Amino acid sequence: MSFVSVISLALGAILIENFILVKFLGICPFLGVSKSQETAVGMGLAVTFVMGAASLVCWVIEALLLVPLGLEFARTVVYILVISSLVQFIEMFLRKAMPGLYLSLGIYLPLITTNCAVLGVALLNRQNGYNLLESVVYGVTGGLGFFVAIFIFAGVRERLELTADVPKAFEGFPIALVSAGLLSLAFMGFSGLKII
Amino acid sequence: MTGNETFTIVAALIAIGGLGALFGGALSAASKKFAVQTDEREDAIIKILPGANCGGCGFQGCAAYAHAVVSGAAEVSLCTVGGAEIAQEIAEVMGVTAGDVRRIVAYVRCTGAADSERKYDYIGLEDCFSALNSIGGGPLECRFGCIGLGSCARACPYDAVTIESGVARVNRELCKGCSKCVTACPKRLITMMDYGAKSFVGCSSRSKGAVVRKLCGTGCLGDGLCAKNCPGGAISIVDNLAVIDYSKCDGCGKCAEKCIRNCIEFAPPVSRVNLLP
Repeated sequence: MSFVSVISLALGAILIENFILVKFLGICPFLGVSKSQETAVGMGLAVTFVMGAASLVCWVIEALLLVPLGLEFARTVVYILVISSLVQFIEMFLRKAMPGLYLSLGIYLPLITTNCAVLGVALLNRQNGYNLLESVVYGVTGGLGFFVAIFIFAGVRERLELTADVPKAFEGFPIALVSAGLLSLAFMGFSGLKII
Repeated sequence: MTGNETFTIVAALIAIGGLGALFGGALSAASKKFAVQTDEREDAIIKILPGANCGGCGFQGCAAYAHAVVSGAAEVSLCTVGGAEIAQEIAEVMGVTAGDVRRIVAYVRCTGAADSERKYDYIGLEDCFSALNSIGGGPLECRFGCIGLGSCARACPYDAVTIESGVARVNRELCKGCSKCVTACPKRLITMMDYGAKSFVGCSSRSKGAVVRKLCGTGCLGDGLCAKNCPGGAISIVDNLAVIDYSKCDGCGKCAEKCIRNCIEFAPPVSRVNLLP
């Protein structure tokens, strides 16, 4: 696998096929934890880690266990098992290392388990027939795409909160949804960007 | 069943079970490594607390309250559900004295709906908010009265609020003082009262006496008979409604005796159903 194709894969996952803004996976934490940039960064890093690790572990399990035994039908169950264990681990780690972030992420931290972007990346790795390196790169960069999207969106929302003169009916969640739509439109512009 | 199928089933069982055991073991090892030193007292208090998570203390659930107590941000006596006993136990854990815990219970300041005038028969959603948003601001002629659709009763986690002959009624013995019903009532008819209080004004109408007389059998007219006959001078008439100052009330019951409208309840029984003809 050449260097260029890695870059192409990474760029694709971050910009062109951004998990949130183009594939529309993982919307729940995107809207829920994007009120401040600080928690958005924490959530972005946590999701990036889980997505990268899930890609790695799922690929290894797929190759060493599921395919040789002919258990491909149990793929979703096994992937969910892997993801929920990883999330549990992250929760313990954050509680120990960063209690402040742990509290501010709140319910959305255990909810990474049901974040469809995480299961999505593991299944897409399989669907696209990626090898181990490609899977990990796709997982990590897909997580980075999530990070970028939620970070930009949190910035937009912070500004909206402070400066924008929002009509009464649009205050709070409605204007957040509108701006998420606009952000998604902006990311659609990257679809013309293709390497190779 | 062919041998191949059996193999697949057994393999799936072993593979997924094994993975589960592996991850479980790894997680339990990790939980030891990343164990957070929590205050023992916090766990002890969580065990003591009733676990109702009602929010009556003003914190998000029992665990949050326990955390606040240990960190010194909250008094030991805030749990309305547990009352004095629980406060005493928490105080022992914290090594302080509990002090007096005032038990508070809810009281519905309306006694009238059964014999009060109605504008129309309300048939619709059994919910006070919906009814008040319907034609004419609800079916009751009295703007202040309980319409008896039971939003408060549904909000009560302890089944202490019931609808008796068309008006909400709080069972003082079952009430734990969590104040959920207070916010559930769109007319704000329910207030939290001291458990020891004896006399209650069972009316919230601020309408003039003549209007109240027409609309309701038991509404307060604001004529001040109770105020004149109160030996302690605890009752005053504010906006055509009797108001009891509980710091002066000694619970003699004169006011209830003298009230010609029976809207002052003296040491009210838990249920009123049997009193009505």
